[in-house]
This record gives sequence, structure tokens and C-alpha cells, in this order.
Amino acid sequence: MDSELSPQDKKDLDKFIKFFALKTVQVIVQARLGEKICTRSSSSPTGSDWFNLGIKDIPEVTHEAKKALAGQLPGIGRSMCVEISLKTSEGDSMELETWCLEMNEKCDKDIKVSYTVYNRLSVLLKSLLAITRVTPAYKLSRKQGHDYVILYRIYFGEVQLSGLGEGFQTVRVGVVGTPIGTVTLSCAYRTNLAFMSNRQFERSAPIMGIIVDHFVDPPCSSQRPANMGQPCNYRAPDEEDGGQFAGVQDSQEVCNTSFSTSPPSQCVCTLSPSPSKLSKPLPLDSLQLPLAPGLVTHTVLHTGKEGGVVLVPAQPPQGADTHLTVEHAPNTPGSSGEDDGLSQSGEGRRDDRRSVSPSDPVESLNAFTRKVGAFVNKPNTQMTIASLDLPFAAFAPRGLDTEENDPMVHPPESPPCLSPLQGSLHSEGSEGSGPQDDFVMVDFRPAFSKDDLLPMDLGTFYREFQNPPQLASLSLHISSQSMADDLDSLPEKLAVYEKNIDEFDAFVDMLQ
Amino acid sequence: MNCRSEVLEVTVEARQVEEAMLALLHTILLHRSTGKFHYKKEGTYSIGTVGTLDIDCDFIDFTFVRVSSEELDRMIRKAVSEFKEALSNSGSDGIGQISLEFYQKKKSRWPFSDECIPWEVWSIKVNVVNLANEQERQICREKVGEKLGEKVINVVEVINRHEYLPKMPTQSEVDNVFDTSLKDVQPYLYKITYQITDCLGTSVSTTMRRLIKDTLAL
Repeated sequence: MDSELSPQDKKDLDKFIKFFALKTVQVIVQARLGEKICTRSSSSPTGSDWFNLGIKDIPEVTHEAKKALAGQLPGIGRSMCVEISLKTSEGDSMELETWCLEMNEKCDKDIKVSYTVYNRLSVLLKSLLAITRVTPAYKLSRKQGHDYVILYRIYFGEVQLSGLGEGFQTVRVGVVGTPIGTVTLSCAYRTNLAFMSNRQFERSAPIMGIIVDHFVDPPCSSQRPANMGQPCNYRAPDEEDGGQFAGVQDSQEVCNTSFSTSPPSQCVCTLSPSPSKLSKPLPLDSLQLPLAPGLVTHTVLHTGKEGGVVLVPAQPPQGADTHLTVEHAPNTPGSSGEDDGLSQSGEGRRDDRRSVSPSDPVESLNAFTRKVGAFVNKPNTQMTIASLDLPFAAFAPRGLDTEENDPMVHPPESPPCLSPLQGSLHSEGSEGSGPQDDFVMVDFRPAFSKDDLLPMDLGTFYREFQNPPQLASLSLHISSQSMADDLDSLPEKLAVYEKNIDEFDAFVDMLQ
Repeated sequence: MNCRSEVLEVTVEARQVEEAMLALLHTILLHRSTGKFHYKKEGTYSIGTVGTLDIDCDFIDFTFVRVSSEELDRMIRKAVSEFKEALSNSGSDGIGQISLEFYQKKKSRWPFSDECIPWEVWSIKVNVVNLANEQERQICREKVGEKLGEKVINVVEVINRHEYLPKMPTQSEVDNVFDTSLKDVQPYLYKITYQITDCLGTSVSTTMRRLIKDTLAL
């Protein structure tokens, strides 16, 4: 039905929709990076600011979007979707929201493409900026890092909302009518975060480091891939660094839109190609993808957030059964630190990456072999704890036991203990293996003790003093009372402090 | 031409008034601002770029997006603080309304001053509550954050109906439609007014005074 649309208008409209789709993806992914976005206004127009909005282009995201679109445009029955999901450090994942850019058949023939449609698409992008900060996933993404990361996945075709759980809500960002259909932008977001409430997001050191595997979309894009998608993290390339992907300006086109006001009904829109054609995108084989499987990267390492240590395996994966990077340049962990792109900023953090002992990453990597065979498990050396007659047996290197038997993952059910030996004491002398139903009385042999002659030896000492009475000041009852009192007295205290503010200031000055 | 009027209502604590108003006013202005126009020969013009900035609220669990323009932010903050002052001085009831009005100027012949014809008015009604303890305040932080989110969705819904907008002006008319005094962005001509209702329910209005002042200042 676009017989009434002039060829120039049709061409412009297609271009607008294409760049609108790319900018939409940028806005959504950038809103889930976990940091505040800031772009500058500029009174003089630059050629690359589509829709007159300062939206940066993260090259990797553009690349992913173009890959998903594969030369097509969102159209009737062909929607572009950006799926945002969360993945915990334990490997569980959950879809949080799906943003859909759709087109329906309702056409607005009378609308001016190069003027009204363009401006309305600009308003729609502004609305998207506002709404991306309002959905529940925004707050989650701002807190990502230590316990979980946020991933995105772009796909084209039919919208899939089944992963959002029951009772998901939909918010419509807006619509723009065009002569070939109405562009609709909406978001469906999960409301049932029950999965997350069962997990404890305590601020404690994770058992394992955080890992983000680089997943690949299957060749058939209409199928739902079993993988999760790209992490929402980004480090802006250094000034001199051209980045690995085509930059801000799309392949050959620059938005040089100018509008006419005289007479008002005429609109002159010029979209001129960029004078210099950019180099062709690099062939995939030679790309060093910033995230290779098995590499551990972190999403946000801002101060104020729980200090996420970036663990990088000190040794390269052995017998790596990767599905992805066989053809790529070997990404040794050492060099991965230098890869720009998706590792987080905070230059000082890079130094932390190597400060991990070799045994930890191997341990941590094994816990993440769930989804994609990034690493092949080493053959399990069947060493059980019981066969080790050592003190601190719980910490003895035990090769690669499975998670079920790993007391570090499933600690024995016991009250908090002060030392591993006490832990074994509480489990009735069993030597550090997993939770047991039967109690077996074994001779207790504490380390470094001679258990024969002395009347008060180490073992006796332990037995006698293993259950001391609890300190009165630590009892819950009293502590909660005092907490409530404290809170109630806060306003008065604050008033007093405010009155004495000069004194405090003088004190501070004195210290300086 | 009818003026479109939208009303938003929020209930907040006294210390949240400023941020809640800033969040909503800036969200509206984000949609009602364009880049600076640069008129070229033959009546064409090009448009500058509008940058955006995320702002975290301190007293509300909320983040909003505003236009990256310090000048504009200063002007909005000034109006909001005056409103907040008036609200806190009014008495314990604390009901007020702040209005953001977009208008066009219509030149009149001397001695009549130019007419201001509003085409969109956003009114934000504010109820201020006092909370007894820290726990309630914490809950209020989150609840107000959610409410503001709903209001942002309402604003976006209205704006995306794409109803009347002034025609793009020629160079000579641009000051009748847009506020061109800012150096980095160009919002539609707007004015912010407020009304405070005191505890007796009578309206202590400063609107008339302001309107007259604004008209004379033109």
C-alpha cells in the first residue's frame, strides 16, 4: 500500500525505522548497564546524532542488533525484541523483561515522513529513555555486580513472552503512525520475582567468582536459543582506540536532516551520505571477541558497590571444549585483560585480576559448566575426605568433586563454628564430609595434640569448652530492643547534633 | 484551539517534594524540548542535539532522566524551591499544586501586549504528609518511587498521543513558539505557576500576581 509514497519518502522511512531500531536497542541496553548515563547537548548539529538526541552508540551492541536484524527491518509480523535477563553467580537465570518494537497494519497515509514521522520517532525515543528507568529491572540492574549480572539478547521475529512468568505486566512506550504501518514500542516485564526472594543476596564473598560466558545465537534466529545473551556491561574505548566494530556512524550513512519552514507544507529533508566511507567491518574470524568462554569478567566495579573482584583464570583452559572461539585468536587470560570492550572500567581494577591463586578459578569454572560446555571437566580424581588423615581435612585439595559432595557448597548443618575443626566436632566427629544422618562416634583427634599423658590436653579442652553460654549482650531479644530504642531516639539525637553543628565543624577543622 | 490539560497527583513527605516535582517537570520538559534551531538560507533549518542525564533522587527510590542543560535545570529548580517554600510556610495541611504550562505567543498591536495562548497545561497536585518514624519513611521512599514511575508512564502516554503541537515556526516566529534564551536546548515556551491551599481550604493564589507580572515583563 505504499503506492502513494514517493520513492524518496520510502527510502527515508526505511532508513528512519532502521536507525530507530538501532537506537532503541542502544537505549535499552545502556539503561541496563548499571550506571548512570550522561550525554551532552550540543547546539550545533552533528551528523551522527540521529533523531537529534545524544545517544551514544556502543559498537558491540550495534553489531549484535544488526546481526539480529540481518538486513531486514521490523515489519508486520517481524518484531525486533530485546530481552533482558538476570543471571546469578550460582548460574540461575531469569528473564526480567522483553522490549518489543513492532509494526502493525494501521497506516497513516497523510503523515509527512521526513518531518512528522522523524520528530515523533524522536519523541518516542525520549519516552523510551524515561520508561527504561521506571521498570523494575532498572533498579536491579543498578545493583548488579557481585551477586548477579544482567544480560541482554536481541532477536527478530515473533515475540516470546513465556519466560516472564505469570502475571507479567505490559507498558506501552508509544506509537508512531507511518504510511506503511504503525510503529509500536512496548515492554513486558516480570512481576513475579519469587525466584529472587529465595536466594540470599547477602553481602558476603561469593563462593565462586562471577562468570559471564559469551553465547552465540543459533543460526535459526526464530528459535529461542538456549543461551542467555550478552552481558550488559561496557567500558568506553580509550580515545585512541578505534574499537573493534564499526563506530558511531553507521556503515555509510550520516543523518544530516534539515527541515524547511517556508512554506510550512513543504519539507525538505536531506540525508546525505558521509563523505568518507568507513572501512568494511572486520571479518568475524579475525575479531578478538572481548568475552571468550571461560573468561571471567565483571559487570560493574564502581566504588560504592560491593567490590567485585574480577577473577581471571591464571591458566588457560585445558582441553577447552568451546563451541565458539576455536577459530578465533587464542584469548589467553592474560591478554583478555587488555581487551577493550566489555570489561568494566576502573583502570585500577585491572591489577586485581591476576591476584587469584590457580586453584580458585578452576574450582569456580567447574561450577559454571552448566549451560555451555566452556570447559571440559577434568576426570574426577576420586579422593574422598575420609581417606585423608589430615588436620584441616575440609580444606585439603580434593580435585574436582561434584557440587553435591562439596562441603564448601553444601556445608554440614551445624551452628556457626569458629574453626574447621570445631565444624567437624559438631558433626559428631565425622571428618568433614557432607551432611549425614547417622552419627558415628569416632575418637576425636585434634591436630597438634598428644592425646595420652597430660591431664588437660587439647581434646579435653575442646570438649569442655565447645558449648559456652551465649553472651548476654549478644542475645537477640536485648539487641532488638536496643535497636528499636536507638531508632526512636534518633530524631532527638539528630536535633542535638544539629544544634551543636559549629562544635563539630570546629573539631573537623582541628583534625585537618 | 482547546488547551490540553492533564492533572497528576502525588502524596509525598515534605523532604520529597522537591525531587518529586523535579522528576515530573523534567520528564515533561524532556519531551517538550528540542535541540537549538539553526536557520539556514531558503527557509531550512537544522536542529541541534539534546543530551540526557540520569538523576538519582536522594529521598525517593527513583531515577529520572532530564535534559542535559544546566540552565534549564537551574530555572526549574528555582521554581520548585519557591513552590516548596510556599508549601512549607503555608501551614500544616500542605496541599498545593504546581502547574507547567506550554503556550504560544500571539503578537498584538500596540498598546496591547502579546497574548499568551496555552496549548498544554500539566498540573501536579501535591499532598504533603508527615510520618512518625523511620520505618514508615523507608516504606514511603519506595512507595513514592513506584508512584512516580506510574506518573511517568502517564506522562508518556499522554505525550505519545501526538495531539496538537504548534507548527514549526519560521525564523521570525521562533520566539513565539520556543524559548530560545537557553544556549544548548530549546524547550517550547513554558511557564511554571503554583497555588497553595491552606488548611482552611481557601485558595491562597499567587497565580494572578505571577501572570500579571509575566505579562508586563514581556
